Amino acid sequence: MTRIDLTGLEVRPSQVWGGIRLVPLVRAEPVEGLRLHREVYGGGARLDDGGRDCGYASSPGPSSPVDVGDGTVYTSYVPHGFVADWSGEDRETAAYGTRLGDGSPATVPVRAPHHRLAKLRRGERRLRFLPLHLALEGYLALHFGGPPVLWEEWSREALRRGLSPRAEAAHAGVDVPGLAEALRVFEVHPGQCGVLVYAADALAAAFVVPHPEDYRLLHPTLVEDLYGELVHQYAHYGGPVPAFAARIRDGAGGIRDLADLRAAAREQERRWAVAHDGLMARDLLETTYAFERVHRAGPFALYRFLPPFLRDGREQHIGELIADRKGRTAYLKTFRLSDAQVRRGYLLRRLAFQDWHLERTAGELGIVRDELVRRIRAAGFGGLLDANGLARAARESQEG
Amino acid sequence: MSELVAAEDVLLFVNAAVTATGQREFRSSAAEQRLSLAFLHEYVRVNYRPLYASCLALDINDHNAVLVAEHLLRTPGEAGDGEGRLIAARLARTAPQRVYRLFRTLRGAGVNNRRTRAIVREWLAARPDPALDAVKYRAGVKDALRHAHLPAADAETGDFLFAPGRRTRYENRTLEAYRRAHYDENALYALPFTVAEGFAAKHGVERKVFLERIAPRMTRLERLRSERAAGRPAGASGLAVMPLTRLALYVLGLPFAERAARRAELTEALRAAARRAAGPYAGSWGRVAAVLDDSFSSSGSAVKRRRPLAVALGGHFLLEALAAPGSYTGLWTSGGTDPLLVRPYGPTPLGMRILDALDTGPERLVVVSDGWDNAPPGLAGEVLRVWRTRLDPERRTAVVHVNPVYDAGVFDVRRLGPSVPAVGIRDAEDLPALVEIARFAEGRTGLTELRSYLDRRVADFLAEHAREKAEREKKAKAAGEGAGT
Repeated sequence: MTRIDLTGLEVRPSQVWGGIRLVPLVRAEPVEGLRLHREVYGGGARLDDGGRDCGYASSPGPSSPVDVGDGTVYTSYVPHGFVADWSGEDRETAAYGTRLGDGSPATVPVRAPHHRLAKLRRGERRLRFLPLHLALEGYLALHFGGPPVLWEEWSREALRRGLSPRAEAAHAGVDVPGLAEALRVFEVHPGQCGVLVYAADALAAAFVVPHPEDYRLLHPTLVEDLYGELVHQYAHYGGPVPAFAARIRDGAGGIRDLADLRAAAREQERRWAVAHDGLMARDLLETTYAFERVHRAGPFALYRFLPPFLRDGREQHIGELIADRKGRTAYLKTFRLSDAQVRRGYLLRRLAFQDWHLERTAGELGIVRDELVRRIRAAGFGGLLDANGLARAARESQEG
Repeated sequence: MSELVAAEDVLLFVNAAVTATGQREFRSSAAEQRLSLAFLHEYVRVNYRPLYASCLALDINDHNAVLVAEHLLRTPGEAGDGEGRLIAARLARTAPQRVYRLFRTLRGAGVNNRRTRAIVREWLAARPDPALDAVKYRAGVKDALRHAHLPAADAETGDFLFAPGRRTRYENRTLEAYRRAHYDENALYALPFTVAEGFAAKHGVERKVFLERIAPRMTRLERLRSERAAGRPAGASGLAVMPLTRLALYVLGLPFAERAARRAELTEALRAAARRAAGPYAGSWGRVAAVLDDSFSSSGSAVKRRRPLAVALGGHFLLEALAAPGSYTGLWTSGGTDPLLVRPYGPTPLGMRILDALDTGPERLVVVSDGWDNAPPGLAGEVLRVWRTRLDPERRTAVVHVNPVYDAGVFDVRRLGPSVPAVGIRDAEDLPALVEIARFAEGRTGLTELRSYLDRRVADFLAEHAREKAEREKKAKAAGEGAGT
């Protein structure tokens, strides 16, 4: 698996609000057998405004897979950063990394100020994600486990804990100008299972879930999701983007009756989908990613993927994905990296590729070791290096 | 050219004045709406003052009618003939709380010219029960009297307002009830509902008991609201007299289960209200097709909950009544077929629905939508443009777009395209009158026609006001004679 495969998801016309463009993705059929963990649904049957039961009723008890009641059994998933009481001890924690299948997810405790917030909102039974600057601390760290071999230059801390904890700069969606409003006025399509968020027509994030009901539930939480500094700047400084208005060409003799007109209208819908996939989402869909399978549950597998970290000006996305046996995407969440993050990722990737051996990495990059150390420090990973080890290694290499 | 621009400006203002209420809409905040509306009022007043004044005779909403009156009274130097009469006639049919608020605004702005005082005096003189006003709108009445240097209607009311400690008892029943309600729980049931509510709280009357006993004193809307709050279904008599849009709002406020259970009753009530609204036009429109917007944006805002959807629902039944029997097609954007169970959900694929509607070969096509055509954007305008230029250049089908939402950004209701006439709408029952205005919006009729149309409306309006006034005076005289003998 090297690419993101959005088979089964159709692109529908975008909805524009100021500088934000939201492109709905619609499934003809929901993905069978995968649903949000019911803790996410607030532990009870959800009623829509008309009083009809539109979610599934859940029974108490932490067991998974989810039994819907009509005999169907689902594998469940929990999105990264989702806050809930996982332990049953009235202590709210956030899912750390998307989780697929049985058992409670790996979690991080929600720290004090957020904790109070969580308490306040518990009564409302509101869906909530971790304030994602906290979640992002883990994002790059999730993908890079840190050095597996104790080369003497790396500190013991780095070996034991990997790159975590390390804060990456990101903005909560509420800080992205216009995003909250754009999401509020967005008209969710029937059967919609995903959305692509563009700021000033640069892809900010992609979000896909297996079932429309899950999407409806999670749609408002996109505001609290994380967006890179690039996205924030684009939304802030970019002007309003144009809606791709339909144009029917009606040259002489082109349209003679209503059927022609209808065909021309259908053609407009199709052209948008083609234009979007080929033009706007190209970098996301055509980049070759490095996929790492994290977990497997039933027919589904959870992957984390990394972009190639090429510095060629293309968009670079990092994210998590649940795919079925055929590699079709059931769940997807991406985060666009800024240029600084791409540079850091590039460095980490080269290091990881050489098993975090400084000398060999420097050789591969064509620079001396001291320069590499300088780069690691400049990228903000200085804390991972062990000063003693560095000095000793330098002495040895001089003597050698 | 300037004539066409003038006609366009005035129509734009009429659209705004019919739809905008200075409240939050789905896509713009209250502040944006007010700012936009304030500019529009000033622009039209400065440039087209006589036309601006004559808008008072049209079915513009109360919010804008009061704003127009305020703007006109604030600038007496530029006043033209007949303005005062128009203002007086319009205020006579505006809700009293709005008029009292207008008087206070004028007081705050220091507007106290001769014309203003005359209008305040005449309006107050025409109030049917000054004592009731003094109790219900006490502060408003006081301000109005002070501002216009007027004596109170009678000595008792004057004492009640300005020297409440002077009398130990009042001859007037309402005033006396107000005095006694301070210590006597039973007296409060002779007071208007809003005033009695405060006394009930003071005496600690149980809400249920209070609502039951005060029921005869409630206005129709108060009764409807409290019935729903108390969990009782509105009585059939209530449904039978409700105006169409109000009824549609009521229906949309019910849960789906109840709508389905009371299907026959609600449908019959909606049909009856639509027949009343259609009046003489019923069955006269021939083959009619409607495209009705039930997308998510028709949910309105917290202060105008489901208003656009209610207009669409009301429009559905009204058009059914207007069309020749059996030749009406109503298409919802969601693809739903049951008007009673509509709910605001999903995108707005207007273009495709309009194609479906044109397939039925209608004589009239009515689109009820906020104009945010987004699946794909602009398709509706394109379809109608191509239809008009290529397929129907002889104009066999009349197309009109009625829009219940004022778009603050463009100072007008949002249009589907330059070739589609768009008119603002607030209540579905105004639809026949608005379609008449829509022919000006096509940009083919000039200012002269528009001016003569407005003059006709003004004359009708003033004549009706004069007739009402004469009737009222006759009745008052008869009552006075009856009391005298």
